[in-house]
Amino acid sequence: MNDLAAALRLGQPQVSKHLRVLRQVDLVEVRGVGRQRIYRLNARSLKPIHDWVATYEQAWNQRFDRLDVVLAELTANEKGADG
Amino acid sequence: MNSIGTAVVTLPTSTQILITREFDAPRHLVYRAWTTPELIRQWWSGDRGQVTSVEVDLRVGGAWRYVMIANGGFEVAFNGEYLELVGEERIVSTEVFEAMPDHPAVSTLVLTETGQRTTINLLVEHTSQSDRDMHIASGMEGGMQESLDHLEQVARSLA
Repeated sequence: MNDLAAALRLGQPQVSKHLRVLRQVDLVEVRGVGRQRIYRLNARSLKPIHDWVATYEQAWNQRFDRLDVVLAELTANEKGADG
Repeated sequence: MNSIGTAVVTLPTSTQILITREFDAPRHLVYRAWTTPELIRQWWSGDRGQVTSVEVDLRVGGAWRYVMIANGGFEVAFNGEYLELVGEERIVSTEVFEAMPDHPAVSTLVLTETGQRTTINLLVEHTSQSDRDMHIASGMEGGMQESLDHLEQVARSLA
């Protein structure tokens, strides 16, 4: 938790609170090693969120892949005009 | 360099959507492709339909409107007003999906050029988390229809 607090530049109580919420919804798992508590992401719980955004991301990818084609043409035209 | 399929979508806050992508072209060309109606027509609908109308009045207070016929045969239209224009580096505008006119968003496009390549950051800010979530869930325009088409296929196969 010290590592997380340092990386996020947050106080320990705040980090502790975030982790508690994330644990409640099963997004992180925790285990104790000696006096330390080790947290890890639970990829399985994150997958529905990932899938939810993926469809939206896919729509933008389709747009941008077409924009690449437009840009290739514009770039070629500009080089042609310069040359 | 191949940049196909490299758009990254993140959700910085509960009301925002951030879309990021790098293009192998200088900024002035990305800006031109983003703001010129004949060019917008060539990319804006992606694989989801055909663009039928693009209006761009590129000045603060000016309006824009994009219309496409989605593959399902229905019309999808967005419009908005330009709020802020900074050279070829920043466009802020409102954005309304005409089927849901009571849920406007504000989008901020930032273009950054590095060595003949351009990175765009498109931040869409909704007024509520439910509006933001609805926007994503629709898979953007047409996505909902695709889902319904799939659902119909499944329903038919069960019949």
